[in-house]
Amino acid sequence: MDKIILQANNISKYFHDPSTIQVLKEITFFLNRGEFTSIIGKSGCGKSTLLYILSTMDTDYTGDLSIDGVSMRDKKEGELARVRNEKIGFVFQFHYLLNEFNVLRNVMLPGLKLGKYSEKEVEERAYQKLKILGIEKEALKIPNQLSGGQKQRVAIARAMVNDPLIIMGDEPTGNLDKKNTEIVFDIFKELSYSTLGYILFSTHN
Amino acid sequence: MNFKLINSISVSLLVARWKQTLVAAIGVTFSITMFIALLSFMSGLNDMLDGLIVNRTPHIRLYNEIQASKNQPIDLSEEFKGHYNFIRSLKPKNERAQIHNFPAIMKALDNDDRVLGYAPKIVAQVFYNVGAIDLTGVINGVNVDEEARLFKFKDYVTAGNYIDLKNIPNSIILGKGAAEKMLANLGDVVQVTTSKGERMQLKVVGYFQSGIQEVDKVQSYASISTAQKLLGESNNYITDIQVKLKDITWAPKMAKEYGNLFDIEAVDIQTANSQFETGSSIRTLISYAVGITLLIVAGFGIYNILNMMIYEKMDSIAILKATGFSGNDVNRIFITIALSIGFFGGGMGLLLGFGLSNLIDNIPFNTASLPTIKTFPINYNPKFYLIGAVFSIVTTYLAGYFPSRKASKIDPVVIIRGK
Repeated sequence: MDKIILQANNISKYFHDPSTIQVLKEITFFLNRGEFTSIIGKSGCGKSTLLYILSTMDTDYTGDLSIDGVSMRDKKEGELARVRNEKIGFVFQFHYLLNEFNVLRNVMLPGLKLGKYSEKEVEERAYQKLKILGIEKEALKIPNQLSGGQKQRVAIARAMVNDPLIIMGDEPTGNLDKKNTEIVFDIFKELSYSTLGYILFSTHN
Repeated sequence: MNFKLINSISVSLLVARWKQTLVAAIGVTFSITMFIALLSFMSGLNDMLDGLIVNRTPHIRLYNEIQASKNQPIDLSEEFKGHYNFIRSLKPKNERAQIHNFPAIMKALDNDDRVLGYAPKIVAQVFYNVGAIDLTGVINGVNVDEEARLFKFKDYVTAGNYIDLKNIPNSIILGKGAAEKMLANLGDVVQVTTSKGERMQLKVVGYFQSGIQEVDKVQSYASISTAQKLLGESNNYITDIQVKLKDITWAPKMAKEYGNLFDIEAVDIQTANSQFETGSSIRTLISYAVGITLLIVAGFGIYNILNMMIYEKMDSIAILKATGFSGNDVNRIFITIALSIGFFGGGMGLLLGFGLSNLIDNIPFNTASLPTIKTFPINYNPKFYLIGAVFSIVTTYLAGYFPSRKASKIDPVVIIRGK
């Protein structure tokens, strides 16, 4: 239970345009398996920036980041993609679903990429995740036929499909109304309690 | 497995925005169609113009020139060896224009791999007798079969059947101009007088039209045996041997070789028709210039369309990368997309290019100089299709490769933050 799965050491980040500003100043912390952690701050204080670094989507930083005991510092682009695929699920502020695919396929894509299960199994697992989130009826629709809250739930299902060690949410409820926000948060809480091994990151003002 | 996944993603991306896909494919199709049609047409016209000369001209002509001997008796004198000898008022010897050792020459030509074929010929100066008037003319005694095989004799016989020249004894195919002057119809008998005064009656079995009016007023054709009879010569009398080679570019070198070997005048087509040579090479240059320009313009067109298409899919790239697809995967997805557009667009382009060429091929086009040509000429050279196919694949590949490589290298967050 107390295994450290994410360790940040002196992470700093600079923006150079228009002038050099240090956004993140030597951030050091760690996370244990099963923890629900929130990062809270004013808008513009660098919450999203930190999350992008922690999720390995941004490699332009100083300091060190270890996920599941492995340093991400010197990994190549392809290896980082693998880590994102296998160990991290990310929910953006905006849902970022692909309108070229239906809901089920959107959820399946990371699973197919992982290649751990056959296509049939991935489909079954994706369907289960959608069921957990209560949107299994929308599985064959195209994302832009869904409401904002439904889309965000699909995005969460997509983040969960590979059973990652960490789910990171970057203001996952930022675009939603109060009711939908509550639904999403309920889901997050439920996940963090019922599903061991999920760590949930969420930021909001 | 991974390959299958990437294919299915590519197909979904293509099908989901099928209008955009169609526009990109049509861009490729249009470029390739235009390239094929224009180059086929240009090169068809080029071949036609070349044909004006090349069809009826031997690559190498072997004959005896009436000229003063190059070796004068004084050259043999011991006393004046090493001196410069100037001799004035030299005259050629009275020698017949006959090729002396033609059976040996023919045998040598038969054994030469580089020779496609040859046709012996007799040139006889004659007068066409029209009532009280004599018109000057030339009768070419030809081997009808070889003349037809090598020099498209048949195409230029506009009336009558060329083979009658061989089958009907004492027959003649008159030049169109000469026939008009003599008011000679097919089946009529005309009288000719040789320069030595011998007369002969010949039956008109056809008209010949070379397209050069002055030539058609003078030149007529008879079989070799008729010409020999006309001149009162034996059956080993030949004045010209017309050689056709497998490759026209060998002509100058081989003419020199034959000239030395057979001790005879040998003129290659390039020397005999230097204006044709210049014209032909300049036309070839023009078609290359046009072809390359077309390819470059088409290339940029294809590149632009695909580039825009891929930049529009930047979000998808970012999302795919965020959910764990690597730069390599992204690269492969977009190259698959680009290549399938190149493949289908290019394939359609080849088909439509063929169709358009065919259409041009059926537009009527009549010219006096080439009686066989009834429609615009098209050269269906498979080379153009090959170039078109390779080009469409290569440009679409590059057009997919560069933007997707750029996209695959940047952190996904750069794209997402840019929103």
